[in-house]
This record gives sequence, structure tokens and C-alpha cells, in this order.
Amino acid sequence: MPHANALTRLGQNVRMRLTGLGRFTRFFLMLLQRSGIVLQRPRLVSQQVHFIGNFSLLIIIVSGLFVGFVLGLQGYYTLNRYGSEEALGLLVALSLTRELGPVITALLFAGRAGTSLTAEIGLMKAGEQLAAMEVMAVDPIRRVFVPRFWGGVIAMPILAAVFSMVGIIGGWVVGVLMIGIDTGAFWSQMQNGVDVYKDVLNGAIKSIIFGIAVTLIALYEGWQARPTPEGVARATTRTVVTGSLAVLGLDFLLTALMFST
Amino acid sequence: MRKPPLNSNQPVLHLEDVSLGYGDFTVLRNISLTVLPGQVVAMMGGSGSGKTTLLRAATGQLMPRHGTVTLFGQNLSHADRPSLQSLRQRMGVLFQQGALFTDLNVFENVAFPLREHLKLSTKELGQRVLEKLSAVGLRAAAHLKVAEISGGMARRVALARAVVLEPELVLYDEPFAGLDPISLGVTARLIRSLSDRLGCASVVITHDIAESFAIADEVYLVGQGELKAQGTPATLGASPDPYVQQFLRGDADGPVAFDYPVTPAFETWLARTGIQ
Repeated sequence: MPHANALTRLGQNVRMRLTGLGRFTRFFLMLLQRSGIVLQRPRLVSQQVHFIGNFSLLIIIVSGLFVGFVLGLQGYYTLNRYGSEEALGLLVALSLTRELGPVITALLFAGRAGTSLTAEIGLMKAGEQLAAMEVMAVDPIRRVFVPRFWGGVIAMPILAAVFSMVGIIGGWVVGVLMIGIDTGAFWSQMQNGVDVYKDVLNGAIKSIIFGIAVTLIALYEGWQARPTPEGVARATTRTVVTGSLAVLGLDFLLTALMFST
Repeated sequence: MRKPPLNSNQPVLHLEDVSLGYGDFTVLRNISLTVLPGQVVAMMGGSGSGKTTLLRAATGQLMPRHGTVTLFGQNLSHADRPSLQSLRQRMGVLFQQGALFTDLNVFENVAFPLREHLKLSTKELGQRVLEKLSAVGLRAAAHLKVAEISGGMARRVALARAVVLEPELVLYDEPFAGLDPISLGVTARLIRSLSDRLGCASVVITHDIAESFAIADEVYLVGQGELKAQGTPATLGASPDPYVQQFLRGDADGPVAFDYPVTPAFETWLARTGIQ
């Protein structure tokens, strides 16, 4: 009965994935429903913004700088063919605000802050800290998960803005200081060509959505982790894999929605 | 916030013919137990006998398969989330591993329930926390991180946190494990004095016969999935029951099986591996 067995396995697999999706959606709704604590105790959220933001700041700055350098070099190489190297500032700024800023920040965030959120929650579960909170009549979803969720959602666009800003500086260093493009042309082309709503705001919306997705996945994986060292390690890996794929998939959808004419 | 104290005759915790388990495995069956205000009840039994499972039932973390668990006069099987939360505010729990919050220091760990449930001034809160830390001998460790203290100290901090709200019922899961003789004696006296001074009921899950017999009003002995004996320390000490005597004397031979019981899950695993 190999066919019947394969069919059973397929059915089990589909049912398991649907149950997982349902649990994930329920977790998201639970976070939203208990988000009142954000207004009652804003300090809990600001602590998390500080904590999560600090985790990723250095890696964001360093990566942003190198991405800016590379954009400057590659952009100059292409634009020079058409004699329009003055447009380098515009190319660097648009690439960063529309795509690379939100996407690379979210990928780095998943690898740095996301994994540490998963590990932290997983270890809290393993150390009975969440159970202890529950029997102290303190709702762990409200007290632990909600502040971290909003902390991540707020930190992401700030980090993406830092990434884009540092990237533009990187592009300027390569284009203006090293290659010798006119600095006035670099900045004025950028100023004329970048639209605040269409480019900057849409980029910010992207990074907020990525913030929701990555932080939610990180917290969910920690919550669902088996309370063992192996379980926490697996959950941490799943955060990076699922979080990164979600960012790339969402980016395609959002780009299609936002920039299609 | 605190409810008026219960009538001294009304049980704080009452288990009536309770069966508890996980998956296919029934850990405990037909357990009946009553804890009155101000009483110290010791729950004893071998490792894996289901003592911690019993504690999980008392906190509402595990619902009984059969029977009723009544906490402060309310049946936990019928309690909704808000009423379970308000019942839990009247109890303190010391977890087996301490379960201290690793992102907070010693002071903040003890202050946690106060910050969450009461609106106290900084001075009042500080006084209450330091008072409880003094009681466990760790006033001067208030500033230390959890990672900087020893296992025994962590258990004492967890004890201070469990009693900081001065609850009507405290459940202690192995409060004496990993403590040096001095800490052990101080902790045992602290549990007794909380009951005598504040009228708080205590359920102590432990292996430590000498300390628990010294402070308990009532001792329950569980084993082989059921309640084996109950009574005052004196009656249990004088009991001719071979099970009780084997446990109290720590004999290797007797009615207590050393082997872990065979479960359906084990049999399935054994059949799948093909070893037998």
C-alpha cells in the first residue's frame, strides 16, 4: 500500500501545516488583542526598541556602508557607459530607499535581533520563567511578547533609515571622493529625483511590514520551541530561514503593488 | 486587591478524588487532599511520583481528568481566565528550578509581582523587597545579576519572590534542594513562621524527611500513582505500613519499586525499535 501511505503522509503534512498556520495567526491576533500594555506602560516598549535596535545597529551601519560602496562602484561602471555618471546619487538613493534599505535591514535583523529574540523566549520557556509568570497571574503574552513585538516593529524602519543614510554616504565616498564625480551634481540629482511619498514613504511602509513579519516569526518560534537546548537551537535556525524567505516573498508582493504603473 | 481571609475552617486548597496525567499516562489517581489556612502540609514521595504534577493541578496549569480541584472555594475546572488570574494573585509558587527572570537582577526579580499587581511608591516597594530579601539572608545581594549568584542563592531569591505578596497559599516545589545546612534550616523556619505569623497555608513538596517533619502539620505520602499515607509527622513516623517505613528509612528493599513504571508509550517505542 505505498500509494495509500504516501497519501496519508501528504494529508498529515498538509493538516500539520494548516494547523501551524492557524496557530501562527491566532498568536498574531493574541498579540494585537493584548497590545493595550503599549499605551499603559510605554517604557516596556521603549526598553525593547533600545535593546533590539542596539543589537543590530553596528551590523546595520557596517553593512550599509559597504553596500553603499558597492552601489557607488557598480553604478558608476554602468552609468559611465551612457555618460550619465552625475546620476549616481539618484541611483544609489533610489536603490537604497526603495529596495536595499528595507530588504537588507530586514534580513540582517532576522539574523541578529530575530535569533536573539527566539533564543531568549525559548530559554525563558525552558527555565520555566513563562510558567512562573503565568502562576504569578501575569500574562506572559502581554508582559513579554507584546513589548518585544512592538519594539521590533518600531526598530525596523529606524534601522532601515540608518542603513539607507549610511549607504548613501558610502556611495558618495566612492563616487565623489574616490572617482571624482561632481558633488553638486551627486546631491542635486538625488534631491530632484527622489520622491518623498513614492520612494521614501513606500520604503518605510515596506520596512514596517518586514518588521511585523520578522519579529512575529522570531517570537512565535521562541514560543513554540521545545524547551531543550536542541529545541531552542532548531527554533533559532527556523527564525532565520522562515524570516528571510518571508522578507523576500513579501518584498516581491509589495514591490508589485507599490511600484507597478 | 487582597480578598478577606477565608474562614479558618474553609479549606484553602481541596482536591477531591483527583486523577492527573499527560497524554496516555495517568500519573496520579484518586487523590484527595485538604489544606487549611495556616497549615503546613508536606507532600512527599519518590522521584517521578507525581508531586510536581499535583502542584501544577493546584495552580490550574493542569486540569484534572477526574475529580475536582477547589482553590479558595472555587472549582478550577469551571474558572475562566480572569477568575483564575485573580485566584493566582492570592497564591505564591516556588518553582523547582527557581525560574528567576534572567534579564532582571535579584531586587527586580523579587519586586516583579509587586510592580505587576500593586501600585506602591518606590520607597515602599524597596522596603518590602529588602525585607523579604533580609528574611532569606540576601539583602546585600539585591544588586547582583541572576547569573552572578549560586544555585542555592537563586532558590532563596525565588522563595523571597514567592512570598513577597504575602499570599494566602504558598506552594513550594523542593524548597530544600541544593541548600547548605544553614540555609536549609533558615528556609524551613521561614516557611513555618509565614504560616504562624500571617496564617498563610503552605504546601511543601520535598524529599527532605527531617526538615519537613519538623515543620509540617500534616504529611501526605504519594507513590505508585496514588496516595499511600497521610497523617501528622508523629502518626506517620509510628506507622507500621511497610511502604511508609521503607520511605522514611530509605531502605532499598520493600514495596517501593525502584523501576520506572512501564507506559504504553514505552511499549510502542520498544516494538518499533525491534529490540524485543
